Amino acid sequence: MSTPLLEVRNLVKQYPATTAVDGVSFSVPEGICFGLLGPNGAGKTTTVEIMEGILPPTSGEVRYRGEPLGARFREDAGILFQKTALQDFLTVRQCIALFRGLYTHGLQIEEVIRICALEQLAARDARKLSGGQQQRLLLAIALVNDPAVLFLDEPTTGLDPQARRNFWQLVESIKARRKTIVLTTHYMEEAELLCDEIAIMDRGRIVAQGPPRRLLREHFAEVLLELPRAEFPETARALELQLIETSDRVEITTHDLEGTLRSLLAAQVPLHNLRVRPPNLEDLFLELTGKELRP
Amino acid sequence: MIRRLAAVFHARNLEFLRDRGTLLFTLLLPIMVVIGMSFVFGGPQRPLFKVGVLGAAGDVRTHPFLSERYVEFVPLTGRAEALRKLTHQQLDLLVDFGDGTRYWVNTDSPKGYVTEKLLLAAEPGARREPVTGKALRYVDWLFPGILGMNMMFSCLFGVGYVVLRYRKSGFLKRLHATPLTAFEFLSAQVLSRLTLILFVTAVLYAGIGAIIHFHSAGSTALLALLAVLGALSLIALGLTIAARFSSEELVGGLLNLLTWPMMLLSGIWFSLEGSPRWVQWVANLFPLTHLLDAARAVMLDGAGMAQIAPHLVYLAVTTLAFLAFGAWSFRWRID
Repeated sequence: MSTPLLEVRNLVKQYPATTAVDGVSFSVPEGICFGLLGPNGAGKTTTVEIMEGILPPTSGEVRYRGEPLGARFREDAGILFQKTALQDFLTVRQCIALFRGLYTHGLQIEEVIRICALEQLAARDARKLSGGQQQRLLLAIALVNDPAVLFLDEPTTGLDPQARRNFWQLVESIKARRKTIVLTTHYMEEAELLCDEIAIMDRGRIVAQGPPRRLLREHFAEVLLELPRAEFPETARALELQLIETSDRVEITTHDLEGTLRSLLAAQVPLHNLRVRPPNLEDLFLELTGKELRP
Repeated sequence: MIRRLAAVFHARNLEFLRDRGTLLFTLLLPIMVVIGMSFVFGGPQRPLFKVGVLGAAGDVRTHPFLSERYVEFVPLTGRAEALRKLTHQQLDLLVDFGDGTRYWVNTDSPKGYVTEKLLLAAEPGARREPVTGKALRYVDWLFPGILGMNMMFSCLFGVGYVVLRYRKSGFLKRLHATPLTAFEFLSAQVLSRLTLILFVTAVLYAGIGAIIHFHSAGSTALLALLAVLGALSLIALGLTIAARFSSEELVGGLLNLLTWPMMLLSGIWFSLEGSPRWVQWVANLFPLTHLLDAARAVMLDGAGMAQIAPHLVYLAVTTLAFLAFGAWSFRWRID
């Protein structure tokens, strides 16, 4: 069996008042997009920052290509933090040039600009970029050393849907270059789209790990039916159904789709706004953690 | 290493040059100081010549020379002190009318030459005692202090607040995720600030020097070496404050805690000669004191490398000590 690109062993990070990471272990094979999911405060950013060599663990270790993190890892890793301020008064191109100057090897500045679609913005003051443009610049900076492993820590938090989809396209193009990506996110749609393998964290521990489809298969044999809550009559609540009510809808989980539909029709539940869907990662997350997402 | 250092150095210089407010202030301050100095040391016409007259307190003299116009006659009692002033051309001529007129003249002083002629016109047989020595005006004495003060503020606040801002904004954390080492980062900051300081100090030296007609008695190259070592020591001192802390209030307080004692005790405005021994001992801890003492020795007395070597060594040692402490205590991120 080949050595994984990254290996996390029994990672613990304790602060005076809390244990942020509590015995986490996993490995990341080369060439995949590995997603670390969880709500705010789950410990995913702490875990990733230890993996990035930014934060020392209380105990446990991270190995890169079988060795402890060191100079080679710093040359090989590209990092996009959740929040990063850049030096003031520099243009987009100068910001990229600054970081390119910190690495021995890497891509040409113009190539990075092209990959991240920053050609039109190269001469602009980096402080005057929109949120999506700023993230593209930070991604460009993370790519200047042509990294073997790219860490993306909640890269689309705060972006509008268009900018988010635009960013996903960029990440997919990087995936196509066979780069290893470690992605933390609390957007399940993002994880489903980009990740080959995920680990779900809660309270500093990993509660599930594997390819998304396999996890869904393992945890769900049912389908989900959604109805507007306003159209769900009181009489239907007497039916023997597995119900979850939210503020605006009723979710019914069932193994027997036809039987459930017949029961609903018999109870005179209007079905013209019925939605039937397979379970997704959000359902899995709620199943495993019992919490609503906290974006 | 050089490549990484150069990248940070270049980017920091660009940031400084494009920060219009700071740049304007940095350029305006020396200009304002130059203009202020020209006002302070300009002003109404004063007597052309100053002659010291030796004698006991309360002596009343009548002598044709004492009725000369445009000459201020200053009664003096101590000959040694009077001769020191004559040597520094704070007097143009020193006369003792008792027991046959005797006078001392500074042969380096053009005004001494003129007042000597005036005296000899009044009393051709007066006995001549020549001395030598360049003029020392307060403005000449103050000049190194002004340069040093500007250097101190720029070094301490310029470095301290910039690194603090980088840490608070998370920029340092991002740099930490690269192969850049703390030593490389700090060295780039030191070199960038040093380049700026040397430029500003050179402008001030030339600008104020031209206005007050100052000419250094010593080597300009030695002054440049002194400026480099002095600035390095002060920048490194600023880094010891900026290396760790994340609170603007704390860093501001600590910087003020350093700058104010230096302002008062390092001899910017007045000499500490005659002050209590402990005050002088404390003053000698400050790099600025050594910078100013050495600068005055070179600029006013023409001291050479050998005479100011102890000051140079002190500045070099404190630079290394401050840098080592700064690198040791440096934090990339807010804990």
